[in-house]
This record gives sequence, structure tokens and C-alpha cells, in this order.
Amino acid sequence: MRDGSITSGAPDEMCSADGWDNGCMALEESVDLKLDHHNKDGIEIVDVEGEIDVYTAPRLRELLIDLVNNGHYQLVVNMEKVEFLDSTGLGVLVGGLKRVRAHDGSLDLVCTQERILKIFRITGLTKVFGIHDTVDEAISTRKSEK
Amino acid sequence: MATVEVTFTPLPAHVRTARLVATAVARRSGVSESLMDEVRLAVGEACSRAVETHAVQCPDEPVRVALSDQAGRFEIEVINAGKAAGMVSGGGRAGDGTLMPPGFSLAVIAGLAEDVQISETEAGTSVKMSWPLSGSLAAGSPA
Repeated sequence: MRDGSITSGAPDEMCSADGWDNGCMALEESVDLKLDHHNKDGIEIVDVEGEIDVYTAPRLRELLIDLVNNGHYQLVVNMEKVEFLDSTGLGVLVGGLKRVRAHDGSLDLVCTQERILKIFRITGLTKVFGIHDTVDEAISTRKSEK
Repeated sequence: MATVEVTFTPLPAHVRTARLVATAVARRSGVSESLMDEVRLAVGEACSRAVETHAVQCPDEPVRVALSDQAGRFEIEVINAGKAAGMVSGGGRAGDGTLMPPGFSLAVIAGLAEDVQISETEAGTSVKMSWPLSGSLAAGSPA
């Protein structure tokens, strides 16, 4: 079986100079998920860039598990450069929260993008996560609650 | 007949492709840009769910996505063979510790699409979602 196929009622227009252009360009994009982390004021900051979905979420899950296994129980996930988040990604974040809480830790989020915040609101997870506008705000809030 | 039909091997890597195609066709059909994030997320959820179902029950069968615009609406139908993931006994998200309850993705879809219909047949499960067309590039307009 081939990996996939696309059939269209107007194949000659697939990459014409209108809406399809965006799709054709997007299909060529190679960046899916970039992960990085660093320590700031004793809190591990996880910088996430790209798309968190059923394909990429396992990488974020592995990073969160590694951090917890290495004794980092105060985490801030910076999602300011996240372009897409689905329920698989939410599951990974909830899993990370569960793991740090088992060590009396915390997992806060930094996110101001409406498109990402929307899925947190739909699922009611705004009540579960601390969601902040900046990394500094997340850190200071966490420090003040200690 | 659907305007565009996509079939893909039930692998997580292809869900992104399905999302990108669906978004491109929605834009082309005239769905408002303000609804595009909802279209992208809803079709991604439906395809992820289909991929998980196929992975367990029928990994050799492709997932089918039909995109069409008619009667002033843009419709996406995601069809998976086998029993729906959210309806499988003890089912949940594979690989994430099953932290999200079965049917969670359907709840997300219901929160995103204006109209959602889920139907089960012997051949599989169909998730239909639709949004209104409002742009100037509605079906029939010159490219």
C-alpha cells in the first residue's frame, strides 16, 4: 500500500495562486517540533517550538520524563512558539503534571496565543494548569507560592 | 462526490499532512480565516483518533478523509475502519499513559465544529464535521 493519496476534483488547480498555495507551501515545511530546556532560578524551563500532535507529542513526553527522572520537579513549559496543540499534546502535559506532583513539584505553562489557549478552555484545563504570560511571571508566581 | 479525498496509511506522521490538506481545501472553499484553527484542530483530532483505532484493529487499512463544499457548508468526513477508539473497551490514547479519557478527542471535536455527526456502520466509523462557507472563494468561483 502506498503511504497516501490525494484525489481532487480540480487537479490542475492544486497549486494555483490562491488558497492552495498556502497548502502546497505548508506541505513542504519541515519543522515539526523543536525542544530545548535550561535552568532559570532553580526552575527548569522547557522551550517548545512547532506542532505538538500525535506524531511529535512522544518527544515532549520523553523530555518531561527525563527531566523528572533527573530530579527536576519544578517545570515551566514555554509554549509561546507552539503553532499547534491537540488532545495528544494535552495528554502529555497532564502526564507531566501528574509526574511532578508525585514529587510535590509543579508544571506551569507560558502561553498567550489565543489559538492554543482555546483548547485549554474547551477542555477545562485552564483550571488545572497555571497559565502565564511570560516565563518570568511563571517563575515569580511559583516562587511566591513556595 | 467529495471535492478532495485523501487516504493515508494509519501512521501518526501522516496526520499532519491530512491537517494541512484539509486547511488548504477549507481556505480554497471559502471558510472564514477566523475558523481555520478550528478546522485544523478538529480534523487533526479526528484523524489522530482514526490512526489509533487502525493501529490496534486494522493497521493495513488506510484512513479516509473526504473534504467537500456544498449547500453553503464545508464538510470534512473522517472514516476509520473498525470500532471507534473512544468506543473500544478500556480504550484511550495510546502511548501517553492513557491519561485522557476515552472519547476525549470527540469532546474536543464537538467543542470545535458547529455541526458534528458520528455514525457507526459495519465498515467502520464516520465522523462528519462542517462549518459555514463565507469567503469569496466559495465553490464555483473562478480561481
